[in-house]
Amino acid sequence: MLRLEKRPSPSRFWQGATPVLAVVLTMIAGGIMFALLGKNPVEAIRTIFWDPLFNAQYASYSRPQLLVKAGPLILIATGLSLGFRAGIWNIGAEGQYIMGAIFGAGVGLALYPVETRLVFPLMIVAGIFGGWLWAMIPAILKTRFRTNEILVSLLLVYVAQNILASMALGLMKNPEGGGFPGSRNLSQIPSMANPELIPGTGLHWGVVAAIIVVIAAYIMLQRHILGFQIKLAGQAPRAARFAGVSPERLTVLCMGISGGLAGLAGLFEVTGPAGQISIDFNTGYGFTAIIVAFLGRLNPLGILLAGLLMALTYIGGELASFTLGLPSAAIQAFQGMLLFFLLAVDLLTNFRIRFGTKKEAV
Amino acid sequence: MTGETTRPELLAVSGVTKAYPGVVANSDVSFSIKAGEVHALLGENGAGKSTLVKMIYGLVKPDSGSMRLSGAAYAPNEPRQARASGVAMVFQHFSLFEALSVAENVALGMENPPKLRDLASRIRKVSEEYGLPLDPDRMVGDLSAGERQRVEIIRCLLQDPKLLIMDEPTSVLTPQEVDILFKTLRQLSAEGTAILYISHKLEEIRALCDEATILRRGKVVATCTPRDRSAREMAELMVGATLTPPERGTKAKGDVALRVAGLSVASPIPFGTSLKNIGFSVAKGEVLGIAGVAGNGQDELLLALSGELRTAPGTLSIDGADVSALGPNDRRRAGLVAAPEERLGHAAAPDMSLVENALLSGATRQGLVKNGFIDWPATRSFAEGIVKDFDVRTPGTHVAARALSGGNLQKFVVGRELSQAPTVIVINQPTWGVDAAAAAAIRQAILDRAATGAAVVVISQDLDELLEIADNFAALNEGRLTQPRPVAGLTIDEIGLMMGGAHGMEVAHHAH
Repeated sequence: MLRLEKRPSPSRFWQGATPVLAVVLTMIAGGIMFALLGKNPVEAIRTIFWDPLFNAQYASYSRPQLLVKAGPLILIATGLSLGFRAGIWNIGAEGQYIMGAIFGAGVGLALYPVETRLVFPLMIVAGIFGGWLWAMIPAILKTRFRTNEILVSLLLVYVAQNILASMALGLMKNPEGGGFPGSRNLSQIPSMANPELIPGTGLHWGVVAAIIVVIAAYIMLQRHILGFQIKLAGQAPRAARFAGVSPERLTVLCMGISGGLAGLAGLFEVTGPAGQISIDFNTGYGFTAIIVAFLGRLNPLGILLAGLLMALTYIGGELASFTLGLPSAAIQAFQGMLLFFLLAVDLLTNFRIRFGTKKEAV
Repeated sequence: MTGETTRPELLAVSGVTKAYPGVVANSDVSFSIKAGEVHALLGENGAGKSTLVKMIYGLVKPDSGSMRLSGAAYAPNEPRQARASGVAMVFQHFSLFEALSVAENVALGMENPPKLRDLASRIRKVSEEYGLPLDPDRMVGDLSAGERQRVEIIRCLLQDPKLLIMDEPTSVLTPQEVDILFKTLRQLSAEGTAILYISHKLEEIRALCDEATILRRGKVVATCTPRDRSAREMAELMVGATLTPPERGTKAKGDVALRVAGLSVASPIPFGTSLKNIGFSVAKGEVLGIAGVAGNGQDELLLALSGELRTAPGTLSIDGADVSALGPNDRRRAGLVAAPEERLGHAAAPDMSLVENALLSGATRQGLVKNGFIDWPATRSFAEGIVKDFDVRTPGTHVAARALSGGNLQKFVVGRELSQAPTVIVINQPTWGVDAAAAAAIRQAILDRAATGAAVVVISQDLDELLEIADNFAALNEGRLTQPRPVAGLTIDEIGLMMGGAHGMEVAHHAH
């Protein structure tokens, strides 16, 4: 019989080892799933994890995609991780990401065809503001009326999606687009574009911002009193009050930071890789970033690696559905398994498994 | 109940051992109880008393050793078997539903509860028989702690037990309620029910118990007849060291440092007690002791003083300046430090290191944060200073707070506050669950601070502690504070009445 026994203190070894174990278990369970779908599991796993980077035929296209996809994931996940550490659950980053893109693109389109270097910085500010504003709704409802920020922020995603659709079909529709939905292509307008900075790498301003944010978050958590307060509020809320931390202030702050960063990611996406406001502009980065945040153990450096890994499964998944004909639902299930196994084996950090039949009354 | 030796042996425990990962809770423990005997189980926190009674009550199975009850082998697998064999237990923490009546609560604990009306009349009968007044129709949520304990006791008595185990029963009672309880226990004992009485209050044990078994670190270190020993002798057996009472320096009282007037706050805690028009003042060098039965507003008073609860303007001033509107850190800046009762989770973050926990309340007064950035080296040396000055036993300042024993963590928490050169110190339950040696060290440190001119408020449920260190004494009763009075010349009866007497039940035993 199996028994779980609480460790006297969390295991350092397993803290580092659980993400690796989770990836291995995901490969095994995913392989079984692919086999049941009638595909060669080894080939499928190789296509997902190996081919995007090293296959001679596909790598030239898919390798730059790694940073393109990882950038927004890391940016959003780092913001979310601060709130998650403080016990503030912003599940609506997808909505904040959309609103950042709309606000940022809106400022740019309103100024069109002004051509100065100030346009792009203004759009960045507007993008951050859009995401921040959307996150303030659940934050203020929570602090004023004790609503649940999980529900409110999640439901606001669907509101944002409808605003996005109406923008693409109405207010922001390209007047020269021949009636097709979607805005002007911002990536084609020099003053508004977020270009690839080094050709062939996928590096754009969003990736640069992600790296800066990871470093800033790391320093804040290690050395700044705010980082200490965030950790304290998450681990021991009463001790945090004793230390003079205001839960309301912290909620507004963490929701604001995560919303602003999600908005920033949306802005860089709409001016770069996506190029325009369109009905299907959002691709779920805001939700996937939640997985990335936990896969990275809510640690900025971990999130950097987790974002790259998650981007790889995205690109590899597309490649697998393209070359092997795997259904996209199977790829999503595969990504879901990753989170599931991560949370499941996380138990090993605080508990150890004992084999034996010794029984004890509880 | 005068120790005749002819009484038959009821329970014999021989060579019982129980180990948990990392600690041996009981090692080769043997003792026996005769029918009708009141037997004390004495020991410090962590000495293994709880584990031992849990084994007798069937909650925990021993690794080795055996027990005999009335001559027959006794090895209960679960509390139900123990109850069926005539063993009943009253826990320190009650398991009652506040929204149900007394009778309904009693019925919930029974195997085959009778009709509620019959049960109510049985409860009435037993409560009259044993001088424990209790109305079976009242909601438990409306009862005082003492009355709730009676529910638990009557629940046990209805089973007609041969052995009644009581775990620290007096910690929630006023002195008058303690008297009522003791009369009941003596009556039970005279009727032949044996009582296993767990406590660390030595005077009580001397007053009540026939025999005592003293545990230290899981082993039986002595057995004695409490009436023949002094409290000091038993304490030294319990601790395994000689104890010196704290020394009080003679001190001249200074100006008023903390003044509280008209303080009323609604409790933020569910089923908490709101504070009602509290007023007192504490001078520099003075120790004000605030007594009270648990749940009469102690936690709320600490929160209101520390700044975790904001109070109305003009209710609180430090050195003459109004601080009512300030939060915890601004009050620290003004000179007030506080140590809450709950060590893990309130005074300290369990999973954070001692260094981080030193920062938790020390950041403001010790200047550990500059421009928002934490000065870790300075924080570390602050933590190391506390560990050194207050003799905190720990492998280092990097270990998590929860890895420390209760006494050591309490020394760290109290030390952290006392090390900040405060003008006003507020401490709730300074030595709760702390071993005698650590408790003595903490009390001495508090007195030393007062001697250097700090105004100290000590909130405690331990009367002996308050009488030992306080200059003035007041009591909290349902959120109201009595007028502080000098400790010198107070009698235990007066103190009991300040604490609310026996909630109108003083005459209980006279009716008999």
